[in-house]
Amino acid sequence: MNLQTVLQPKLYWLVSDTLAMTWRSLIRYVRLPQLLVFSTIQPVLFLLLFVYVFGGAIQTPGNNYINFLVPGILVQIVIFGSVQTGVGLAEDLSKGMIDRFRSLPMARSAVLTGRTIADLVRNIFVMILMIVVALIIGFRPQGSFLDILAAMGIIALFGFAFSWISASIGLATRNSETAQVAGFIWIFPLVFASSIFVPIDTMPDWLQAFANISPITVTVNTVRALILDQPLGDNLWQTFVWIFGILIDFFLLAVWRYKVLK
Amino acid sequence: MLIMPEVIISVHEIYKSYGKVHALEGVSFTVPKGTVLGLLGPNGAGKTTLVNILTTLLKPDKGIAMIGGINIAKNPSAVRERIGLAGQFAAVDENLTGKENLELIGALYHVPRKLVKERVQKLLEEFSLTDAANRQVKTYSGGMRRRLDIASSLIGQAEILLLDEPTTGLDPHSRIELWEVIKNLVKNGTTVLLTTQYLEEADRLADNIVIIDKGKIVAQGTAQELKKNIGGGVLEIHAHEKHNLPNIAAAVRDFNPQIDPILEIVSIPVTEGVKILPDIIRKIDEAGIKISDIELRKPTLDEVFLTLTKR
Repeated sequence: MNLQTVLQPKLYWLVSDTLAMTWRSLIRYVRLPQLLVFSTIQPVLFLLLFVYVFGGAIQTPGNNYINFLVPGILVQIVIFGSVQTGVGLAEDLSKGMIDRFRSLPMARSAVLTGRTIADLVRNIFVMILMIVVALIIGFRPQGSFLDILAAMGIIALFGFAFSWISASIGLATRNSETAQVAGFIWIFPLVFASSIFVPIDTMPDWLQAFANISPITVTVNTVRALILDQPLGDNLWQTFVWIFGILIDFFLLAVWRYKVLK
Repeated sequence: MLIMPEVIISVHEIYKSYGKVHALEGVSFTVPKGTVLGLLGPNGAGKTTLVNILTTLLKPDKGIAMIGGINIAKNPSAVRERIGLAGQFAAVDENLTGKENLELIGALYHVPRKLVKERVQKLLEEFSLTDAANRQVKTYSGGMRRRLDIASSLIGQAEILLLDEPTTGLDPHSRIELWEVIKNLVKNGTTVLLTTQYLEEADRLADNIVIIDKGKIVAQGTAQELKKNIGGGVLEIHAHEKHNLPNIAAAVRDFNPQIDPILEIVSIPVTEGVKILPDIIRKIDEAGIKISDIELRKPTLDEVFLTLTKR
């Protein structure tokens, strides 16, 4: 059966345009495999650095450090990866690609969804690669296969939501270098003031208060509990509130920014 | 009986401001089907703003623009199906091959896949890109990128092509190649609106020229009409020795000569190019004065503007 005969014409073209734009964003990784290698090397270095350098000095009651760290690092990867969404869009803007797309009879939203979906696919790929490396150096998940799959789904969705924040930044800056800097600057404190690398109860009270409500901590706690087969508590629903809150707000913001370009 | 050509682009009293900057202040013109309109003007004249309005990227503050009988403000998506845009920078994806770029834009124009394949082959041939079809665009020269860019804008078989400074930054060879491409398109019925900073380019390609400056139209007409208004240029006689300048001026006194002691030339304004050249040379020869060079300098765009804005 042909997709074109099943769907409404408008919906069919929306899907078709989005797929074309996703393909266009992904093909660069096939053409430039080094791009993928380098975007994987950094998280792998983070993993090795924290496991072998800092790991010995960090106390994680109930878990050995590598098991504690890997769920957090996976979240960190998708957050860092999401910066590329904005960088890519800013580059398209400065090179006139977006002008061309906007002059075409295509679905306008496909420019944004194509890019964010491509980054979602890339994030999943890097995540799998990271898990393989982690398993080699001693990571041992405790949860069931389905729990781990659910955790990966949540991480991917979290990264997808962050891609829309990044898209809004990229459309506002219109310059790939600025988008890179503006995309990372607010992420760094957020990533370190969370439960990604260390248990937060050794932080000073004021920082704990901040880290406790951070969407990153909530999400990391959820996926850590799933992967290590530990109690979820309130983290799961809070994670989904954050993910969908970010997704909806920044989807609307990015679409609006795209509409009022120039 | 007079046959009126069908008007395919009409722009009526378009205004557009960015804050306090008035980019367009009441621009009006029409383009008959199957012709080339050259929009000529310096940087910041409002050319790109106008192209962006016609390609639905920008909304005018005031005024009506129609393309193929469709009001741009009322039905932008119908307009997008009929136009092709090649903007100021070659909008091609460096990581894709030439062929993939065309296929992507074809898909986004919603051309059926089979047709895309056929058209891609044809366009690659027409734009002399067949050999480079499977190479990534990052290996392309500036001229090749431009050709691919324009080919992309044609894959939807647009009736109307809008080219924003298509030859800026190209070497002379690529520029002439591109002119040929555009001429062929028009021969096959495409209507072209192109912006340029080069008088020569407008002269070579455009059936009608609109000269725009600071958001206003300062002149419009065919190249011939404009040239007649502007004048033919200046004839410059370079003296062999500086002290001969007054003698040269005296010999050609009938032609309103002026002495420029700094450049060591005698300049004569000419309206009809080379017609008076033999007379002038004869006069100098009869007076027995040695000269080192004589050249006819066509008016530059700057001079055109100076002439047009002085009036």
